[in-house]
Amino acid sequence: MAIEVKIPTILRTYTGGAKSVDGSGSTLSALIDNLDGAHPGLKGRLITDEGSLHRFVNVYVNDEDVRFTGSLDTTLNDGDSVTILPAVAGGQ
Amino acid sequence: MARYESLIDALGDTPLVGLPHLSPRWEGERPVRLWAKLEDRNPTGSIKDRAALAMILAAEADGRLTPGCTILEPTSGNTGISLAMVAKLRGYGLVCVMPENTSIERRQLLEMFGARIISSPAAGGSNQAVATAKQLAEQYPDWVMLYQYGNPANAQAHYEGTGPELLRDLPTITHFVAGLGTTGTLMGTGRYLREKVPDIAIIAAEPRYGELVYGLRNIDEGFVPELYDNSVLTSRFSVTSYDALRRTRDLIEQEGIFAGISTGAILHAALSVAERVDAAGGQADVAFVVADGGWKYLSTGAYAGSLQQAAERLEGQLWA
Repeated sequence: MAIEVKIPTILRTYTGGAKSVDGSGSTLSALIDNLDGAHPGLKGRLITDEGSLHRFVNVYVNDEDVRFTGSLDTTLNDGDSVTILPAVAGGQ
Repeated sequence: MARYESLIDALGDTPLVGLPHLSPRWEGERPVRLWAKLEDRNPTGSIKDRAALAMILAAEADGRLTPGCTILEPTSGNTGISLAMVAKLRGYGLVCVMPENTSIERRQLLEMFGARIISSPAAGGSNQAVATAKQLAEQYPDWVMLYQYGNPANAQAHYEGTGPELLRDLPTITHFVAGLGTTGTLMGTGRYLREKVPDIAIIAAEPRYGELVYGLRNIDEGFVPELYDNSVLTSRFSVTSYDALRRTRDLIEQEGIFAGISTGAILHAALSVAERVDAAGGQADVAFVVADGGWKYLSTGAYAGSLQQAAERLEGQLWA
């Protein structure tokens, strides 16, 4: 099951510079474990020692923030698009 | 009554207008209707007039702002323009820290109102503007930074204004959708509406920019506004420039509303939830915010040429 994961500039040191990589998993948690296998160290930048998403990391599945869809337990389906972005200031 | 003592008094009480063409189902047994709150009808043309006035009044009340003071604020435009107007009328100076990658209209407006602009680098977007403003606040301790990202008066303006106005005009409201920046609109309006309509869905739309804007040196330089409280929201969408532009054009073509680009992003999220409700056989009254008009974005090319061309021109620009 292939899921496209978009990687922000700041984390591309872990993906050999790739802007997006393919991963697999039926939940976000499983996907991150799978990604960490291919790109060691990536998981440590996304997940805290306590096992939750890093405060300054936002993850979106098909443009929806996973913190409102089950967080790391968010279910994934074939063809989903996952976007990882650092939390930055917005607003006017 | 539409007579006011001064421009400031004309703030708020903005119209709520239906979108009979873009709503999934405007009439019938189980309508799924969209309603636009026209915040561009505020004195300087954006929703930020509410927060700007409230923050200045609060700072006057607690004694931080006294006549002749200089106000300092990181802003990509609208808050600065609102502050500049209120500052002019109430006798304050204004220094705005603004990212380089913002539209020329915003700069010209600020200069016309007499504000001083200090530019912050395009890379890092508003994040960098906030950091620069915090450094300036240390260098110039007599300047008063109102700090829209952490000032409770920002959210309170919406708790006391936007929220009650929406409930008065749309007692059957089921969803509220707004842009997520400082988070003031969503926190204040969301809290008020949740108290009155416990089941209401509060939905955030945030802009997804080009890579330049996310160019942090490390993840710990990330930023979450102090006002932000996850528990107020029920969902949060990240909207690309392309989708925001597409909806901005839909809004003109189908409903005659000429809105800014962030409103396109908000409409995109509003339509997503409205279509879900409709597909599930439910009914809904979805209110969303028109944050400003399109005038300040004409120079970005957002309203000219194909969508793809317009989206490419916006790459690297801060459009919300």
